[in-house]
Amino acid sequence: MTACADVIIIGSGVIGSSAAYYLAQKGRSVIVLEKNEVIGNGGSSRNGGGVRQSGRDKRELPFIMHAVKHIWPTLSEELGMDVEYYQKGNLRLGKNEDHARILTGLTNSASACGLDVSMISGEEARQICPYLSEEVTVASWCPTDGHANPMLTTLAYYKRARQLGVRFVSGDGVIGIRKLRGVARQVITESGAVYEGERIILAAGYESRAIAATCGIDVPMTRALLEVLVTEAQPPMFYQMLGTAMADFYGHQSTHGSFVFGGSSGFEDTNKDNGTPTASSITASCICRGIIKYFPILENAKIVRTWAGWIDQCADHVPVVSFVEEVPGLILACGFSGHGFGISPAMGLTLAEMAAQESTTIGIDALRYDRFKAKI
Amino acid sequence: MSRINDRSRPLGQFVPLPDDDRIICRCEEITKGEIRRAVHDGMFTLTEVRRYLRTGMGLCQGQTCARLVRDIVARELGVSPLELEAAASRAPMRPVEMKILANETKGAD
Repeated sequence: MTACADVIIIGSGVIGSSAAYYLAQKGRSVIVLEKNEVIGNGGSSRNGGGVRQSGRDKRELPFIMHAVKHIWPTLSEELGMDVEYYQKGNLRLGKNEDHARILTGLTNSASACGLDVSMISGEEARQICPYLSEEVTVASWCPTDGHANPMLTTLAYYKRARQLGVRFVSGDGVIGIRKLRGVARQVITESGAVYEGERIILAAGYESRAIAATCGIDVPMTRALLEVLVTEAQPPMFYQMLGTAMADFYGHQSTHGSFVFGGSSGFEDTNKDNGTPTASSITASCICRGIIKYFPILENAKIVRTWAGWIDQCADHVPVVSFVEEVPGLILACGFSGHGFGISPAMGLTLAEMAAQESTTIGIDALRYDRFKAKI
Repeated sequence: MSRINDRSRPLGQFVPLPDDDRIICRCEEITKGEIRRAVHDGMFTLTEVRRYLRTGMGLCQGQTCARLVRDIVARELGVSPLELEAAASRAPMRPVEMKILANETKGAD
């Protein structure tokens, strides 16, 4: 079987699906190829839902700030589906002098990039979120941050793109990209199908590395595990995005009422790897201990499920979104390092502009694939 | 083994049924009609339906409705229910209070 489109997108996550949507809006034909049986089953459905500008690398800030200002507030209306976006601010909490130092450092660097973020006292934090324990003595506060539902956002982009005529094929993994006359043109799948396009966007998370290797390109990244727990529905309490100076946990209350908290045990690098992202037995307990210190009111909330996911962790924790000089026709979009969800609307827009050969609204030079240099 | 799924294949028109307002997922109060509509919106797997509608995401975590949802989705897709992979079961088996889960000390209350 051969199938042609203007653009072939590898990966149906929130990056690939949003790029497909914005390309379809431009009238381009698009085929999205997904290895998994399920749309967006990688990091796009397995993250904390943060739409956060504070704490971001300055190379990513223009994307997340653009998304927060111009896309997120109206995304539900645009896609015809509630993506549960809340812009109620981000509190990053601390309990001692060390924490205060870490938070001040993050706040100063974000302020220098033009972001409205400030240090506040424990009392001020409790005025914003009255459920915080007395142990909280300091916090950073970014009022324009927020969160959304990653699963719904991914599926909303997918659904809308599909309605606009984008063809999605799942359950057929890409095994390689083939050049014709020096230009990346064909995408080959496990079933032997060949898809052909003028442009190929590679947005397959960690798996992008092996696929890029088939045309001689390497993106330096590893795979990191994150784990999340979900509580039963609680009465509406607060809608700020939460984190801590020591990253003990992060999370928020969802529209449904459940709290979604992510965290780690510290053993992620050495946990047994059985080939699927698996929640370990010690992590949920560890996250609970972290949460209860900050939110004692939640100690009786019941955990209904836990899950894990993999992050495509780039060498410098910043994504690679780039044309490739050696492989014309190929566009890399991977290594999102756990920051892909919040910036996904701006990334989809940017990738669509790149694939349509337009100048990009947001500069992409800082995210180039050849930025990695040896330390000496 | 994964099954190749072309999500542009025609499913036919969505035809309303008299029992579309019957509640299937009781925890989250999701009806048969909503589940059938989700399939037409492109949710071809049980995992996607779950993320889209919250079927099986409530207190019972799908222990009551999972098979019912599977049968409805299968019928809408025109496939055998056996062809649909169940959505992943998640720990813990029963809801557990945070303070219980947090406590790993032997012999503690």
